[in-house]
Amino acid sequence: MHEWALAEGVVAAVSRIAEEQGLRRVTEVTVRIGELQQVDREILIFAIDQLRTPVMGDARIIVEEAPARLRCRVCSHTWRFDPEGLGEEVSEAIHFVPEVVHAYLRCPGCGSPDFEVVEGRGIWLASVKGLRGDG
Amino acid sequence: MADPRVEVIDRRLSTIDRIIAVSSGKGGVGKSVVASTLALTLARRGLEVGLLDLDFTCPTTHLILGVEDGMPEEERGLLPPRVQGLEYLSLAYYTKDRPTPLRGGDISNAIVELLSITRWGQLALLVVDMPPGIGDATLDLLRLIPQMEFLVVTTPSHIAFETVRRLLGLLGGLRRRVVGVVENMVMNPSDFVEGEVEAMGFPYLGVIPFDPELEGTLGDVEALMETSFAEAVGRIASALLDEEAEGEGD
Repeated sequence: MHEWALAEGVVAAVSRIAEEQGLRRVTEVTVRIGELQQVDREILIFAIDQLRTPVMGDARIIVEEAPARLRCRVCSHTWRFDPEGLGEEVSEAIHFVPEVVHAYLRCPGCGSPDFEVVEGRGIWLASVKGLRGDG
Repeated sequence: MADPRVEVIDRRLSTIDRIIAVSSGKGGVGKSVVASTLALTLARRGLEVGLLDLDFTCPTTHLILGVEDGMPEEERGLLPPRVQGLEYLSLAYYTKDRPTPLRGGDISNAIVELLSITRWGQLALLVVDMPPGIGDATLDLLRLIPQMEFLVVTTPSHIAFETVRRLLGLLGGLRRRVVGVVENMVMNPSDFVEGEVEAMGFPYLGVIPFDPELEGTLGDVEALMETSFAEAVGRIASALLDEEAEGEGD
């Protein structure tokens, strides 16, 4: 699954941040996933859990979902991404590379393909909490 | 706080010995045909080769290779399909030749996404068909793949070469490895490009004469590999491999 590739990135980023921040143990990791990419939350959590490194110990994994909002650069119309009716093939394409949404969606207001994903695009490591030093 | 995708790009590319970016200062110089034919030539010499089309807004390598079906497999990421003996990936698998207008930030995101989720096999070479010019995509790849080497394509046109001069200036300033400059679509041989390239201190890898038969073979790999164009690309491929061998002996 594609979620495993993303989980691998999350675990690598957490390990790097723990080392940079001098954390001896990570206690909580918060990941934000955007609705646009339609990442399977349960698989992502399972994959992070399976790939967790020793410094992550039994750290709590929190996955927050952000709605995908799109805004037209031509007419400023703002709307929420709705995967309904896109079809399996298109949904899968957006799942792998969210930018291909520009091949399939147009602004409902003016029909332009020149829109931006204001929020809810992909995956982001929002915070890493842990304990420092020997104590 | 952090983009977790960037963290794994090095690991994803760690199975590849050399990454050759086929680049140009402007479009229309035959970069994609050179990249595709170079990848095919190297694969036919027994090397494990990949071809990655990063010209996102105008991908064409799938048309040159005659890709009609098949999709990347999903297995803890994306596994590039095997096409004409190459591990091959293009965004065209997902955009289906629909117009895909992307701004710089979108191109950056799509590049990071593809590099972070694609699981290449053990490859001697990955040939990358780059977007033309020195815009966002080129800058992103310079940042993300420092080991990338550049094969620069131009035509005898002074205008094409002036754009290449800027590309070479950028690469030279950043101390990136330029394996050489190829002069494509040559109808009236002249020493202008060779002289300019050598004056800048970069290797000149040779000429690919204009081949009127080439256009009719695009999409038919067997016919393409029989052209005088492919024969000339074969000489470029030999120069590329010789240069590697010489580098190893240093």
